[in-house]
Amino acid sequence: MTTITHIPAEPSWWRIFSRNRGSVVGAVVLVVLFALAIVAPMLLRFEAGRIDVGPSMAPPSLVHLMGTDELGRDVFARAAAGLSVSLMVGFGAATISTFLGVVIGGLAGFFGRSIDALLMRLTEIFQVIPRFFLAVLLVAFFGASIFNILIAIAVLSWPEIARLVRGEFLSLRSRQFVDAARVAGAARTSLIFGEILPNALGPVVVNATLMVGQAMLLEAGLSYLGLGDPTKASLGQMLQEAQQIMRSAWWTTAFPGMFIFLAVLSLNLVGDGLTDVLNPRARGR
Amino acid sequence: MPTKSLLIYVGGRLLQAVPILFVIILINFALIHAAPGDPVDILIGGADATPEYIEGLRREFGLDQPLWQQFVTYISKIVQFDLGYSLRYREPVLSLILGRMPATLLLMGTALFFSSLIGILLGVFAARRPYSAGDYTATFVSLAGYSMPVFWLGQIMLVIFALHLAWFPTQGMYSLRAPSQGFGRILDVAHHLVLPAITYSFYHLALIYRLTRIKMQEVLALDFITTARAKGVAEGRVVYRHALRNAILPVVTVIGLNFGFMLAGSVLTETVFAWPGMGRLLYEAVGARDYPVLMGLFTVLSVMVICANVITDVVYALVDPRVVYR
Repeated sequence: MTTITHIPAEPSWWRIFSRNRGSVVGAVVLVVLFALAIVAPMLLRFEAGRIDVGPSMAPPSLVHLMGTDELGRDVFARAAAGLSVSLMVGFGAATISTFLGVVIGGLAGFFGRSIDALLMRLTEIFQVIPRFFLAVLLVAFFGASIFNILIAIAVLSWPEIARLVRGEFLSLRSRQFVDAARVAGAARTSLIFGEILPNALGPVVVNATLMVGQAMLLEAGLSYLGLGDPTKASLGQMLQEAQQIMRSAWWTTAFPGMFIFLAVLSLNLVGDGLTDVLNPRARGR
Repeated sequence: MPTKSLLIYVGGRLLQAVPILFVIILINFALIHAAPGDPVDILIGGADATPEYIEGLRREFGLDQPLWQQFVTYISKIVQFDLGYSLRYREPVLSLILGRMPATLLLMGTALFFSSLIGILLGVFAARRPYSAGDYTATFVSLAGYSMPVFWLGQIMLVIFALHLAWFPTQGMYSLRAPSQGFGRILDVAHHLVLPAITYSFYHLALIYRLTRIKMQEVLALDFITTARAKGVAEGRVVYRHALRNAILPVVTVIGLNFGFMLAGSVLTETVFAWPGMGRLLYEAVGARDYPVLMGLFTVLSVMVICANVITDVVYALVDPRVVYR
């Protein structure tokens, strides 16, 4: 009996991920931002929306780390609260659109033929329509609430994932292990959820990560055009308010924008690292 | 390549765009009726209207008729290039939008030219020296480029270069005191254009750089490049005549396919610098809830995106001899 010792064990996913230094930094920054968004309201000295907690438009100081705005609100406290709104919209919209994309792409790829043709035509149309402007229309018509913004972004972002999942399903459904399961009498649902879907998830996870960042940028853009939820100030909305006063108070734009930038950048970096982990073909590039 | 088959190809591509156009009109129509409130309020668009005007609108759009008939009326208006009337501006929506288009095209064209030029050169530079310090720096900067909201970058540029250093004007396209024609006018517009164009270029630079780098790396590893080098072709010629020609085509395609995102970037940049283009119009229309203008902009911008897609395909077909017309 010979023992096979020369095949090295597959390195753990963390080891692969941590080879990419940028991704590790991104993950750390992301965790810090999350902690800030959750913990800040309890720990910070000032309430987020409270006016006159300090002088009007005071520059950054030890008391007000990121200064105050024209109503004497603490920029740091507001930015932390705005960050949680932005993160919520980003993750919420990405989750919903990923779900939509997996369902639509999965149906098209598994059943093929006319269902595939119909769904892919629909996907193409949605890819051509300029989605930022459609989102502007939807939110302007139905009202600027967090819920509407989240849904508008989610409903417009699924085509990429759908195409991706369709491609994976098309190539996986005729592989031998799927045929084997089919011959063994597996039901359609168990073929889809037990055999094909788990193998198609890698690229989906990467794409979903990148989509969170895209959704955050989209939300910021909508808010900047004046379509933010007036009751829940996001980071984009702070930037819109800052437009009027940044001549004399640069900190009202610099810090909230920095939060969006850091969040999206770290999401993109983490997405890079996940590609290495989940897509062995792309490793070492 | 015969001209006739090219014409047929272009015609076929345009025909494929018809369903998309139909969906866009359908979306506009559905929004008028699905949005909360009376459809006529949407058509007025947040301005004060006289009862006679409201009555006129009801008749014009046939709002007392069955829904399908209203849709037929609506479509027939749009195919006659009637995108409605903005009560706030007291001007037909289409002429309002077309009046703002040159400013947007000037900004986009300038930015696209410079970002393509610099992005491709940087991409070639990085692909020739992979994993060098320069490559890492350029890659990180490009990652940063599309991780930041373009309007935030604009605000920062504005605060630093227009307000604190006062090198450039803070907003608009012209100064009141500058000459209204001739060379002085051109200089004045160019002076106003610098900051918005740099801001807007940054995102595209990031995208074009990244693509060029990936494609160049792929092409430089191919056999015909090795052959060219073995023949003793000068390295500069290998890179720019042999490799870049093959790497640049996918880059052109992606620029065409990303046109919708580019328009979005332009809208946000214009808003920061009060650049009097379509983006500024969108911002004003959002603020005033001027729905006819919003729907008109959506239609015109969608048509622009469709045109960009068709042009990209045609350019591709013209440049790449492997593409066969169907």
